[in-house]
Amino acid sequence: MIHQTSPMAVAIFASFVLGVLALSFWLGRRGQSASGYYAAHGQIHWFVNGIAFAGDYLSAASFLGICGMIAFSGYDGFLYSIGFLAGWIVALFVIAEPIKSLGKFTFADALDSRFNSRGIKLAAAISTLVVSVFYLIPQMVGAGSLIQPLLGLPHEAGVILVGVTVTLIVVTAGMVSTTWVQFIKGSLLVLFCGVLTLLILGRGLAVNAGRDGLEDLAPQLLTVRPDGTRLVDRQPQSRDHDLRPVGTIVRLPERFGAARETGPLGPVAYLAALEDSTIVTWEAAKRTDAEGTHTTYTPTERRGADLLKPGVFFKGLSTSRLGDRLDFASLMLALFCGTASLPHILIRYYTVKDAYAARKSTVVGIAAIGVFYILTLYLGLGAMTSGALDPTDTNMAAPLLAKSFSNTLFAVISAIAFTTVLGTVSGLIMAGSGAVAHDLVENVFGMHMTDHEKIRCGKLAAVGLGIVAMALGIVFRRFNVSFLVGWAFNIAASANLPALVMLLFWPRTTRQGIIAAVTIGMVASLGWILFSADTFEKVYGLARDRSPMPFSQPGLVTIPLGFLVLVVVSLLTPPSAPPRR
Amino acid sequence: MADGDPRHARTNTASRPALALFAVYVLLYGGFMALVLFRPDLLSLQPFGGVNLAILYGMGLIGSAFVLAAASMWLRVDG
Repeated sequence: MIHQTSPMAVAIFASFVLGVLALSFWLGRRGQSASGYYAAHGQIHWFVNGIAFAGDYLSAASFLGICGMIAFSGYDGFLYSIGFLAGWIVALFVIAEPIKSLGKFTFADALDSRFNSRGIKLAAAISTLVVSVFYLIPQMVGAGSLIQPLLGLPHEAGVILVGVTVTLIVVTAGMVSTTWVQFIKGSLLVLFCGVLTLLILGRGLAVNAGRDGLEDLAPQLLTVRPDGTRLVDRQPQSRDHDLRPVGTIVRLPERFGAARETGPLGPVAYLAALEDSTIVTWEAAKRTDAEGTHTTYTPTERRGADLLKPGVFFKGLSTSRLGDRLDFASLMLALFCGTASLPHILIRYYTVKDAYAARKSTVVGIAAIGVFYILTLYLGLGAMTSGALDPTDTNMAAPLLAKSFSNTLFAVISAIAFTTVLGTVSGLIMAGSGAVAHDLVENVFGMHMTDHEKIRCGKLAAVGLGIVAMALGIVFRRFNVSFLVGWAFNIAASANLPALVMLLFWPRTTRQGIIAAVTIGMVASLGWILFSADTFEKVYGLARDRSPMPFSQPGLVTIPLGFLVLVVVSLLTPPSAPPRR
Repeated sequence: MADGDPRHARTNTASRPALALFAVYVLLYGGFMALVLFRPDLLSLQPFGGVNLAILYGMGLIGSAFVLAAASMWLRVDG
């Protein structure tokens, strides 16, 4: 769809971005040490760190991706919310305090705390980079999605704008500016999602919301020719001849009689009314021929009760195919195990002063993130019934929902979503920068650097990662961002969690065991993803059935594989160091 | 209790109460996954307020994460 931009939206957006940059330059005006650049001197207050956890973690996938998935597929998007939050329990009860006590700047520091092994540092640094890059892709894709309707610029411009802004944030004041950007973003995100939820409940549900007449249920056809020109229903796309916005209720529950609106509803009554309503959702089917790529958007009337239970996006849950069920179980296992293995989350434990502060900040993080994920259900369902959805872009559901209330709210929510991307990407680039400069250059290659050189090396690495992130954000533009994040969680959980957990709980763990577990977990999960049916279809454009993998999400196999490899290799090699206790 | 309290200064492994609370959550999460995978029909039941079990259990999991997190603080402080 072609979205109209407004000067106010541009002004609000520009003020957010300039505000964030001004804060970074202000924080970076003082001289820095390596400890300040990589870990904010370990002096961040636990409450600020807790909200910054939320700012770091609530990425484009959480805000744009989950809302979009709920808006188009119902409850299945909420399963991501449940899985994403569950992972924090592993972080809180298993990882938080030990990781703070064992490490200094990076995940590799913690893994290597007992061994002083270059092999561990190398494996952990590569794993950090691979996970960070996979996590960066959906953030950059989300940025590109946002910039188009907000500023009227192409997807590539959004990706480059985020890449440049984040690189500036990171190189000005490292972890200090990253923390404060994440704190501001986390606070604003939860606050304004709360406001949006109150507006949704206040509006209630309405038949054919957002339009005067009846919902037009004719399918819509979008053709993209090889030269890039776009046709809608065989006519050139323009503001006057565009795809229709979608997502409406066609029937309210019988208890509302002939009324076409419910009026304001409470949070429980809203869900109950939606369950008994009939809703139109739209699905896309794509085919390619000599004329170009044709995408047909077809409406389907569904009972609310069917949309509010699993099975619309994860279609395998309603079939008897074992592979589909294993695919879903594998994803949920990866979400559960992945959070505590994400390098950009783990490095945040080094910004507080001790293990107890690390735990308190995790509790604050869980509270903020939990509230946000409950709100995502209302945001997604509100978008589903707003009559404002763009059928071509699931990632735009939340901002377009805001637009159905007012252009000002649209501008604010889009700017916050953009800040959301900034906060998470800056955390990822910090993690990658530490892996390159501290783990690889200093510890693996043995280049002794002064404090000043360490910071300069980290900043150079940040610039390099920023460029990689921009390139990937342009290449992967058509993917749903939640889906892409699932891959990052799988790799993190398979490569990092077995080594971390066994290091903490099994004194017989050896240096070789850790190196083998990280390497094999990472290679196996990455290889599985590259040969999966989803990748065959969505990346290579090949038929799904040509994939040799029984299901697409690798975690169910590769996480246990990581544990198994670690135990076997550790038992086959002599103890590297005396047990800790 | 202030940050830096000597009782909490260095901890290289998770505490026993923390692991017990973790086990409670694993059971809750495992129960949810079992329902989704093997008895999805039960998720359509409406035990409260016309809202189905899928939503209630999902929100319950999010809420219980916070309750267990808060409980862990309490157990640690008094323990």
